[in-house]
Amino acid sequence: MRRRSETVVALLLFCSAACAVAFVVFYAIEKLGRNTQYMGLALGGSLAFLAAALIVTGDRLVETEQIEEEYPLPDEAAQEQVDELVADTGRRFTRKRLLGTAAGLAGASLGAALITPAASLGPVLDTDPLTRTPWRRGRRLVDTHGTPLRADEVDPKTFYTAYPEGADHDLIGSPVIVARLDPGRLRLPRDRAAWAPEGIVAYSKICTHAACAVSLFRTPRFPPTQPRPAIVCPCHYSTFDPAEAGKVIFGPAGRPLPQLPLMVTAAGELAAGGNFSGPVGPSWSEVRNRRAT
Amino acid sequence: MLRRAVRTLDERTGSAPFLHKALRYVFPDHWSFLLGEVALYAFIVLVATGVYLTLYFEPSLGKTVYHGTYGPLRGMQMSEAYKSVVDISYDVKAGLLIRQTHHWAADVFVAAIVLHLLRIFFTGAFRKPRDLTYLIGLMMLGLSLPEGYAGYSMVDDLLSGMGLAIGYSVALSIPVVGANVGQLIWGAPYPGAHSFESRLYIAHVFIFPILIGTLLAVHLALVASRHHTQFRRRKADGQRRVIGVPAFPGQAPKSLGLMVGTAALLFLLGGLVQINPIWLWGPYETGLSTNGAQPDWYLGWLIGAMRLVPGFDVTIGRYTLVPNPLWGGLLFPTLVFAVIGLWPFAERRLTRDRRVHNVLDRPRDAPWRTALGAGFLTFVLLVFFAGSADRAYVSYNVDYSTQIWIYRALLITAPVAVTWLTRRICLGLQRSDEIDEEREAAEREARQAAQAPA
Amino acid sequence: MRWRWTAAAVAAALLLAAVAAAQPPNGVIRPSNESSLHPLELGAQLFAGNCASCHGSGGRGVTGPAQRAAGGTRGQGPPLTGAGAMAADFYLRTGYMPLGNPKNQPEPDRKLWNPREIHALTAYVASLGHGEPIPHPDPAAGSVGEGQQLFTEHCAGCHQVAGQGGVVTGARVPPIEHVAPVEIAEAVRTGPFLMPAFSKQQITDRELNSIIAYVRSLGAHDQGGWGIGRVGPIPEGMVTWFIAAIALVALCVLLGERLKRT
Repeated sequence: MRRRSETVVALLLFCSAACAVAFVVFYAIEKLGRNTQYMGLALGGSLAFLAAALIVTGDRLVETEQIEEEYPLPDEAAQEQVDELVADTGRRFTRKRLLGTAAGLAGASLGAALITPAASLGPVLDTDPLTRTPWRRGRRLVDTHGTPLRADEVDPKTFYTAYPEGADHDLIGSPVIVARLDPGRLRLPRDRAAWAPEGIVAYSKICTHAACAVSLFRTPRFPPTQPRPAIVCPCHYSTFDPAEAGKVIFGPAGRPLPQLPLMVTAAGELAAGGNFSGPVGPSWSEVRNRRAT
Repeated sequence: MLRRAVRTLDERTGSAPFLHKALRYVFPDHWSFLLGEVALYAFIVLVATGVYLTLYFEPSLGKTVYHGTYGPLRGMQMSEAYKSVVDISYDVKAGLLIRQTHHWAADVFVAAIVLHLLRIFFTGAFRKPRDLTYLIGLMMLGLSLPEGYAGYSMVDDLLSGMGLAIGYSVALSIPVVGANVGQLIWGAPYPGAHSFESRLYIAHVFIFPILIGTLLAVHLALVASRHHTQFRRRKADGQRRVIGVPAFPGQAPKSLGLMVGTAALLFLLGGLVQINPIWLWGPYETGLSTNGAQPDWYLGWLIGAMRLVPGFDVTIGRYTLVPNPLWGGLLFPTLVFAVIGLWPFAERRLTRDRRVHNVLDRPRDAPWRTALGAGFLTFVLLVFFAGSADRAYVSYNVDYSTQIWIYRALLITAPVAVTWLTRRICLGLQRSDEIDEEREAAEREARQAAQAPA
Repeated sequence: MRWRWTAAAVAAALLLAAVAAAQPPNGVIRPSNESSLHPLELGAQLFAGNCASCHGSGGRGVTGPAQRAAGGTRGQGPPLTGAGAMAADFYLRTGYMPLGNPKNQPEPDRKLWNPREIHALTAYVASLGHGEPIPHPDPAAGSVGEGQQLFTEHCAGCHQVAGQGGVVTGARVPPIEHVAPVEIAEAVRTGPFLMPAFSKQQITDRELNSIIAYVRSLGAHDQGGWGIGRVGPIPEGMVTWFIAAIALVALCVLLGERLKRT
């Protein structure tokens, strides 16, 4: 019985070795070395055989007995001694409260001093950068490749992603989603009446909930029986109504999408009529009493 | 040979008594005591594969153009970080195997911690003198979540970028100081300063691993110094004496087998099952996103919570007190960790049981703990599953918003129902134990009575 | 015991009712002399029998809820004059039409027409007005790399970056990994249900070829083993728990129990 188990363990160890060698061989062969499956099977197999060898060894070959031991008990004598030692030292101070306060003050101040350099990590006190966007009145809307977007190119029933001409596309304030809606169905606040020439609207493409790009645009093929047009975020499915100034109609977002006023230049191209209706991106404490700058 | 080595070592370090003690360390025997070991071994695999990956990863957001092996991305502009991970996957031999093993190890690491935590909780192993050990374990779980998040976020693929955007919104949502915290971490408004990538990197490969490793050492030292708990045995006095097999030779081959077995599974998964195919997701830009974007499973409960919260910001006039992401992204996990962390102290106060416990409860022995634990677990699991409602809609055609409402309703009712039911089951099991004991006692008496006349 | 039988009977009845509800209200009506009809004539007859209830007689549409269409049915549907062969071919070959309830999202779950009927209906709808012909995309002429970029920008928000489908509020977005090139082209240009319609100005035919080439290439250059659905973390978490965690717990049980025996 023992001999047989020993044979089994030896065989398993040989298999483990064989797989390990196979791993090296696979690695050396150009084509197999790039095949994750072969490599994983070889290395994982080698480890699995080794594990099996160890388990059989533990189960069949290692003689073991149960042993017992006392759970450790609290060492009261030592506790007493430590207590004594500390109390003894403390007794020699006469103005304990003063020293305690001073030490606390020193500790806290030094701690604050030591973490102060961490403030260089970012503009901690200046929250203005959060409101900044590259959009200015007259700045043209361009596509990913920098080609200006013409108003007459904007078809209904689709959406466009546009960026401010010449700006960094990666800025949170850059990308906007542009769509042409039926002007008769637009429900914009009165002060935004001129923001949507020909029914073309533009909203920040960054969700006001969690900063994902709102790259879902649903637009009904047959409006009478199908849901109305909406801009949707794929992270938590906040849904915004482009006809109603970006109002939230479903999902966890707490603010409408900031709207970008549009105008059509003399050359027929789309350009910003100003900055967004509010700060872009997720909410922070001041978001509602700041303007996009 | 070995004897000489031990002698040489002992003469220089005096370690022989310690070594003897370590080899005779008592391991009480139950399969569930091995779950924590699995987490430990996954951590070892993580460190080993992680070190390998650092040799190839380029923590930089500098722009470059891809010209590597993977055809579809050729000619595309991307960050150095993303390119280096595509290179690890396609151009470094065995690189993808290591990378996938690393990622699987991360997923399994957290899963093993959770299983271990459940075992500890439902058997009452967190009671004095092991409450400190428990808290340290919980801290490691808490640290492993941002560790994993930093790991998949620093790749700068489409999914990681979307994850970072959500993280940024959660940072910004902290009342009063959110904007300051967000800018401090990111260095600038989203997507942040270029140095943000190195911050993620140093957090992932240095700060969090060191913290987890240190706590791990303390955790293990505390386990060893207080010894393992054990289940109740018939005759022995379990509170005073621990009974089990010695570390050597009894436990060693088993534990080594488990370690190598865990590594085997992780490498097999790494070789055979694709994980996070970043070449399919493509590079990230602020204005791009994909449907079905999800975090790794251990953050799934947070996306679930963020999706379940109705759409509102708490405002006072024009001042935004609580931006929406705070509820699901920060308060919910804080609540969960607080409940788990404070439970031992709450239980001690409520039951007025301040004794030392070396013997474990079976779940049925503490019906209220088991019932409340099951109810709370149900609550967290429901939030977790709500996070996948979108994919469930794609696969099973149950409307997304309907699902959200079902989950909201279940969140209120199901935990209560599960608590009640679990308690009934525990009490029923206790009762059947009593009946068994009574029967055995009666049988013993009958036997004795039968033997007596003879 | 009896209540069980009653429960079973109720369950069976409910199941039958569910199956019945899933069927189109009035199956497809075919002329008896179908094979002898000229395609355009067949198309007209099939249209009158099956489509006109929502799309109106002659494809003029039923746009108001109060309006009643041919045969007195109360369906509501868009006019098809000017829809063209492309849209008709798309809706019929995918099985999106006929639609049981006009308020539902069209689902490709039942294909009721044979190719000859599709051809006939398409020809008939095309004859109703000037519309787009069936496109002929050529993915071989496209570039996969350009396709991935365009797909990420225009399509990934709904269809998921690896084409595995997704969710938009109010609708389920179909996976498109295995969809035929011509159907992709038709969908991009038509914009079925809630999908945007992309004109040739926005996505040129060459770019469309690249997009289709990208969709068709999904999985072709892949590495790393079993793709588990290519939607990322959800199936990964399932593998973690249902394969890895179960295997490891089993290993623990094996080790723990074996120890107990000694």
